[in-house]
Amino acid sequence: MHLLSDFFSSFWRESVKTFKILSRNKMGLFGFFMVMLIILLSFVGPLIWPPETSANVAEINKGSSAAHWLGTDFQGQDNLRKIVNGGKDIVIIALLTGVLSMLLAVVVGSFSAFIGGRLDSILMDLVNIWLTIPKFPLLAVLATVLALKDVVMLSVLMALLDWPALARQVRSQVLSLKNREYIEAATMLDLGTPRIIFRELLPNMMSFIAISTIFEMTHAIYQQTGLVFLGIVPYSSANWGVMISAAERRGVLFNPQAAWSILAPMAAIVLFQLALVSFARSLDEVFNPRLRTGA
Amino acid sequence: MTEPTLSVRNLSVVYQARRGHVQAVRDISFDVQRGEALALIGESGSGKTTLGLGLMRLLPATARIVGGSIVYRRHQNGSSSASHETKVLELKGDSLRQFRWRECAMVFQSALNALNPVLRISEHFADTAKAHGYLSRYRQGTALRERSWKLLSMVRLDPERVWHSFPHELSGGMRQRVLIALALLLEPQLLILDEPTTALDILTQRNIMDVLKELRHQLGFSMLFISHDLALAAELADRVATVYAGKIIEIGDVRTIFRSPYHPYTIGLIKAVPTLTSDKSSLVSVPGSPPDLIQLPTGCKFHPRCPLADERSQREEPELLEVAPGHHVACWHWTHAREALKSYQAETKVS
Amino acid sequence: MAEPLITLEHVTRTFAVNGQIIKAVDDVNLTIPEGEMLCLVGESGCGKTTTGKMIAGLLPTSIGRMLYRGKDIATITGRDREAYRLGVQMVHQDPYASLNPTQTVYDILAAPLQHHRFTRGESETRHRIRELLEIVDLTPPDDFLEKYPHQLSGGQRQRVSVARALTVSPTFIVADEAVSMVDVSIRISLLNMFSRLKDELGVGVLLITHDLALAKYFAWEGRIGVMYLGRLVEIGPAREVVEHPQHPYTQVLLSALPEADPDATRTKQRIELRSTDMPSLLRLPTGCTFHPRCPAFLGEVCERIVPPLERAEWGSDVACHLVHAHES
Repeated sequence: MHLLSDFFSSFWRESVKTFKILSRNKMGLFGFFMVMLIILLSFVGPLIWPPETSANVAEINKGSSAAHWLGTDFQGQDNLRKIVNGGKDIVIIALLTGVLSMLLAVVVGSFSAFIGGRLDSILMDLVNIWLTIPKFPLLAVLATVLALKDVVMLSVLMALLDWPALARQVRSQVLSLKNREYIEAATMLDLGTPRIIFRELLPNMMSFIAISTIFEMTHAIYQQTGLVFLGIVPYSSANWGVMISAAERRGVLFNPQAAWSILAPMAAIVLFQLALVSFARSLDEVFNPRLRTGA
Repeated sequence: MTEPTLSVRNLSVVYQARRGHVQAVRDISFDVQRGEALALIGESGSGKTTLGLGLMRLLPATARIVGGSIVYRRHQNGSSSASHETKVLELKGDSLRQFRWRECAMVFQSALNALNPVLRISEHFADTAKAHGYLSRYRQGTALRERSWKLLSMVRLDPERVWHSFPHELSGGMRQRVLIALALLLEPQLLILDEPTTALDILTQRNIMDVLKELRHQLGFSMLFISHDLALAAELADRVATVYAGKIIEIGDVRTIFRSPYHPYTIGLIKAVPTLTSDKSSLVSVPGSPPDLIQLPTGCKFHPRCPLADERSQREEPELLEVAPGHHVACWHWTHAREALKSYQAETKVS
Repeated sequence: MAEPLITLEHVTRTFAVNGQIIKAVDDVNLTIPEGEMLCLVGESGCGKTTTGKMIAGLLPTSIGRMLYRGKDIATITGRDREAYRLGVQMVHQDPYASLNPTQTVYDILAAPLQHHRFTRGESETRHRIRELLEIVDLTPPDDFLEKYPHQLSGGQRQRVSVARALTVSPTFIVADEAVSMVDVSIRISLLNMFSRLKDELGVGVLLITHDLALAKYFAWEGRIGVMYLGRLVEIGPAREVVEHPQHPYTQVLLSALPEADPDATRTKQRIELRSTDMPSLLRLPTGCTFHPRCPAFLGEVCERIVPPLERAEWGSDVACHLVHAHES
């Protein structure tokens, strides 16, 4: 679609400018670099420092030391190494769920608001019904029934469950923007609905979209961790959720010596979330030309 | 001669903004005489609203009064000398709160936002009396009620109807009149009105103006209008001051300012506003846009828009000069400004 | 006479407000020839903005027809529809809300030019945009191309709005309070720019305003229409309406108007209303809706019968029993 590519190409052009603005905000820059670092570490790290294959009985549940900065777990394996190897899943889940659900939400929410009338009221009724269903138990049940094998499938499932709530938020944003006079002007200039949505509306919502996407990412991380903790999604791959779950099952809660094994993956999750959120907060500056040009 | 109710001397206010310092009020001096109505006219960004807020010490946290003095004098009835002098910039805490409202009250631009939507009109009056330390005097609810009802009927409202209403049940003009009555509750000697008629319909505007004229006649307070509306000034003011780029550039009697102004900006402004009788060809816009208060032009701040500007205007800023009794102008070319502008306009019309 | 550009035939517009129906515009008939400078004046709630929005095609009529070059806009299709849609443009009141804050002046003007293939390629578009900026007095144009709306003054933004409307070569522009939020010192130059559009491009303009003095100046050669509670009560040549108002409401408005002239405004003869309160649109008075406030109230006839808008002295059309009673 021409308009879509138009939208993304201008989006890319802006990215270069964006980075310059980002570098003005210390929190944002910190968040940006942390996110990049975590992604890099999670994808490149395992190649350099692959997971340990055997247990190390002599080193079970040790605290921090020069050899093991973040201590060792119930199998005597290095916690830091596990974290490096367990980040990939988390990153994939966060990005995929966030982007996928936001994409669905933006398309459905903005068209619903813009076209309005019957379509809008039917869609919103469906969304309202959907919102009354407790999402996490449903996710747990579906994940069990579908016996999900990989993280991509899990992300898709979470995105499918989560987008309606986002769509509602997008819709209310669009509704408030829709009556702006410049949208009215675009309607009179007959620029066409897709163009009005992609060129006039969405750029004004970019900071909202980016921030919501990032919050959806953190939400996805929590959900995944929860599912693993409950033992619903397969245990096979090593990720931060699995680490927490495993540590808990091995009685960490009653063994102060083993605290490192549960605190380390928790810290990793918190750090990732913190990085995402601080990055998100600086995005407002990026998307608002008024703040951008410093007037 | 009696001492003025309000004397402002060399007042300067600076805002801290992202891009730098906004010089909103620059070295402004003026007096408001007892019982007088003074209008400060100026366009958006001239600093007139900042000045009004500064007089009430209601500036936002990003603004700072960097210099000058404000002296307020309370007069006893009948006596010509002030019985009590207040240095407004030195007030703190309770005394500041009492100064606001008891001595000097302000009617804000947006009548809807200035009233609390969840409080009835009666509660607004009670709260105002309480907040400004008049509770003892109005302890008996009836005394407060009597005074409030009297004021409400003076602003041509039906007290019985209005007293128990919520703000949203009243029209814009009625709310504006409630605010005026509220401002007069504690018998201030000075009433500051920021754009009191903007955004109101013609018949409502007329009503408000008539109410203000009557009240001033009956209660004898002084008024300071802050507005971009020349018609309001023409109708209600005794004296008019033109504000441009944070400074008063011309001040004088209302007829003098409208009939024989000397500053090119005042001349331009009056020529730019049509009246019902004005001829189409007599109207001319002031060229250019108002200045950026962060990066002010050098010299006379009006020079980029002024057809008379010369090398001196670009270099030096003119000070207010008394050119006739009570008529002050800040312009290097005041002696020939009117004639020069006339011929300039004739030339540009032809081309 | 040439074919009228826009015709309103018995146009009524109703809105549902909390389950009640209000008539914002009630049975308005209006014919606008090509290139006319027309002003609609009245107080808030008189229906002037709703009328403007119907003319601009932003609101459909509830009852009655609106014709563009003789064709009903509710049923036109294809080329005729496109001709109307682009032919009538609007300039809004608020220069701070009418331009997309995320786009530069270039982006704002390029979008309609390219979308409707008025220009092809970047250089042609840029050339046309420079021309348009010059027409609206934003010179030199290159200073403005890359500016964002927040970097412009209110007056400059309003000029960009007009340039945007001009991208599609309209025949008529509805300017809703287009100068009321602009600094007083530059209002006249904006109005002069509209006059020039008429002289040079033949573009007609409907200015919606509450300022009668401004209306007279703007519509000097054109007409002023006065609206009250959804009805057109007087319409005629601008100077005649201001100098010889026929309808009591017009007379009241003119007498109440404060003016920027201390002698004129203080010595003016005021006409007092019988009641200062504007009736609610929810409970409109019967007959002539102005009768509860009218200083020239005649009695039963005003309470019962809606006066028709008919030709009176000085070339104005007036809807008042008194005016017509004098004549017959």
